[in-house]
Amino acid sequence: MSILDAYKRGARRRRLYLRAIRKRRELECVRDRTQAIKTRDILVVTVLRDEIKRLPFFLKYYRDLGIRHFLMVDNGSTDGSCEYLAEQPDVSLWSTGASYRRARFGVDWVNWLARRYGLGKWILTVDVDEFFIYPFCDTRPIRALTDWLDAAEIRSFGAMMLDMYPKGAMTDVVYQPGQDPLEICSWFDAGNYMISRNWDYASLWIQGGPRARKFFAETPYRAPALNKVPLVKWGRGNVFVSSTHMLLPRGLNLVFDDRGGEKACGCLLHVKFLDAFLEKSQAEVARAEHYRGAAEYRAYADALRDDPDLWCKWSEKYINWRQLEILGLMSKGNWA
Amino acid sequence: MTVGFIMLCHEALDRAAQVASHWADRGCPLVIHVDKRVSAARFERFRTALARHDNIVFSSRVACEWGTWSLVSATLRAADVMLDRFPEAKHVFMVSGTCLPLRSVADLKTYLADRPDTSFIESVTTADVSWTKGGLDSERFTLRFPFSWKRQRRLFDAYVRLQRRMGVQRRIPYGIRPHMGSQWWCLSRRALKAILEDPRRGEFERYFRRVWIPDESYFQTLVRLHPGRVESRSLTLSKFDFQGKPHIFYDDHLQLLRRSDCFVARKIWPQANRLYDTFLTDRPASATLSEPNPGKIDRIFTKATERRVRGRAGLYMASRFPPKDYESGRTCARYTVFEGFGDLFHDFPGWLQRATGVRAHGHLFAPERAEFTDDQRSYAGALSDSASLRDYNPRAFLTNLIWNTRGDRQAFLFGPRDNQRIAEFIAYDSNAEILIITGCWAVPLFKSDAPFSEVRREAARLQKIEAAHVDLLRDPHVKARVRVWSMADFVESPLEPLQSIAEETGVWQSRKLTEAPRMVDLTGFGQFLQNLKNEGMNPYMMGDFSSGDGPELEQPEIRKPYIVR
Repeated sequence: MSILDAYKRGARRRRLYLRAIRKRRELECVRDRTQAIKTRDILVVTVLRDEIKRLPFFLKYYRDLGIRHFLMVDNGSTDGSCEYLAEQPDVSLWSTGASYRRARFGVDWVNWLARRYGLGKWILTVDVDEFFIYPFCDTRPIRALTDWLDAAEIRSFGAMMLDMYPKGAMTDVVYQPGQDPLEICSWFDAGNYMISRNWDYASLWIQGGPRARKFFAETPYRAPALNKVPLVKWGRGNVFVSSTHMLLPRGLNLVFDDRGGEKACGCLLHVKFLDAFLEKSQAEVARAEHYRGAAEYRAYADALRDDPDLWCKWSEKYINWRQLEILGLMSKGNWA
Repeated sequence: MTVGFIMLCHEALDRAAQVASHWADRGCPLVIHVDKRVSAARFERFRTALARHDNIVFSSRVACEWGTWSLVSATLRAADVMLDRFPEAKHVFMVSGTCLPLRSVADLKTYLADRPDTSFIESVTTADVSWTKGGLDSERFTLRFPFSWKRQRRLFDAYVRLQRRMGVQRRIPYGIRPHMGSQWWCLSRRALKAILEDPRRGEFERYFRRVWIPDESYFQTLVRLHPGRVESRSLTLSKFDFQGKPHIFYDDHLQLLRRSDCFVARKIWPQANRLYDTFLTDRPASATLSEPNPGKIDRIFTKATERRVRGRAGLYMASRFPPKDYESGRTCARYTVFEGFGDLFHDFPGWLQRATGVRAHGHLFAPERAEFTDDQRSYAGALSDSASLRDYNPRAFLTNLIWNTRGDRQAFLFGPRDNQRIAEFIAYDSNAEILIITGCWAVPLFKSDAPFSEVRREAARLQKIEAAHVDLLRDPHVKARVRVWSMADFVESPLEPLQSIAEETGVWQSRKLTEAPRMVDLTGFGQFLQNLKNEGMNPYMMGDFSSGDGPELEQPEIRKPYIVR
């Protein structure tokens, strides 16, 4: 049975791999600056749509971590995101009008770009509303992390998605371009995460946080997955299976220790709940290009109309990575 | 009189050149060995960068591979050159290209000049080492290792297994006793010379060629053959993690490194600009020569290893998820489960909280919602009181609660009406304390106005659940501390057990009870049980109540303590 399973997984990996190669035709290059990529650069890969307000801070945040090149796919923005990105000196930009859903929510495009430009490099796959936090990120650039991972012969680095939210209604504070969104969304749930194992992919399945608490209390199995493997040393044949939650070959999903120890891991601060969120979720419901026909967004739109506050008495205010480590949301592992 | 450095370089040559210049400028001769796998062009660039120093010499190059003789061979070549070319070097210090001097050269020179005939080399017999990884310690010296561990792992392992099975043993050359230790040593000229000019050097080389990781044993063993003082410690600060990989130092270690008073540290991240800038500028020689004191750094790295191997008990997170049978303590702190108490007493959690100071919740696993203390809708860590969320993963709910409230002892009520899926997890958790008064579930039924047929059905259901639960707790492998009373026994003399409960679970030490919980009025309870029996049910979990007009119960009463003036 296990041999059959292994074969099925292998077949699945090859299918996704070929699919990514096929889907490259949907990408039309707007700016190709990939010549500037150096051997040891760490690449950020991002798929986005209509994010003009968030882009300035997003780029600044990752440049400050030491990212020298961004591979970005613009999925039919109409707010000038495409033009803005085309002007950035360290961004290679592709644009596509094809269906986000039929590219398996952008994953096929990511798989293709990582394969084409990222072989043997560290690939950080994040959305525009995700901010990667790792141990010592305030004193050590991301290159220190990848060098350490290389030395320890580790190929992937896990990070749990941590949903950040404001205190009060989302529409209370208007986000300004270039502003640190964590100034507004500075609260998170510290300890209501539910973990189970996904044996098929050898990964963990984590759910919880404010979204489970607020939107999926009655249907918890539908709550979004929070386990992610955003940072991967890309090898030939690697594919993301479902968003950045899981990869194949599945050894890359072993970012946790199941014998009592703690591996080093980070967090992805997920700053979704800004003022434009409600508007956006209504638009996404209409567009139905998201996971499960944007059922998630429908739940948001419904729940938020009645009670827009995600904050509760036990919410925790974000300070820094050390706080997250003490709370047990991330770990230094044996990196000291 | 000075100290000479042997430097082995593999990577980050620009940093190595910077450090080499630093020492050369301050009158320390260097012999540098560059790995042959470094390309000719890069080597040339490195050599030109250091060409202006006449006290830097390059030794002939060998291709170095970790764990093999090549590293010793490279060292020996460099050491030959050192003794030959620089007679003024009275000590020879072995460093790598990623080492960084932490104290001034003057300090080091004075320190060594004060100890002219002392060799600083960690050298421990194989029986006493604790750091070897992978179970190879004394076998390093008695087996043969012709295969590369990095490139031919399978062959390496298979050959080791084969030799073990066949019982092959190499003969250790006469007169030597294997010692091991860090390869970053500092030998006195006399000791090094004695090793290099030993008439049996050829024999030793032949032997050590097939020893596993000879760079950690060649000099460490041979230095013991010759006269001269051996200080078994390294002057180089170098720590290894649980996989045997060296820990790396970054800019944020600056203060730690400065305070460690070690002479040289390894290994430094090549991009750690602040470290290189700080330590490669001249500092005044210290007025008093302090001994190296790496204790604090040691502790940090020991803790890191501990965290990686053992982790924080009771924490379940994205990078730590032990299976439930793996840990003895499935949760992170002690907690108490009260079963039956909530039915027998009015507001038992309130009393418990007042009497003992523990955080006492209601029925956390009640079918309607999680009854957090003070009737809160959510609790520590933003745990929701939603029953469906909790029942989706009850184990996560409990472990989260206990983790989120570290330092604040938790207690909660439990009973046969509650979700039983958590019962097994608690029973095998060594942090749990379970106190049960069996049969109390009948009290709310006794008080209810529901039709008797319904009451009877419910009683049968609850009794079955509780009996199964008590059975589970009788399993000899149960790790929780369990105490069981039958209801009849408990109501007979409730004060004594209550007092001991308050003492054991209380966070306040040895407090006398000043208030007893108020017991439900049980008049007519015996008759109620008799009615159940008359309906064909057998209520036995509560023990023996007389069927008359109920047991003679006294409300527990606390005697006022005598006040001594």
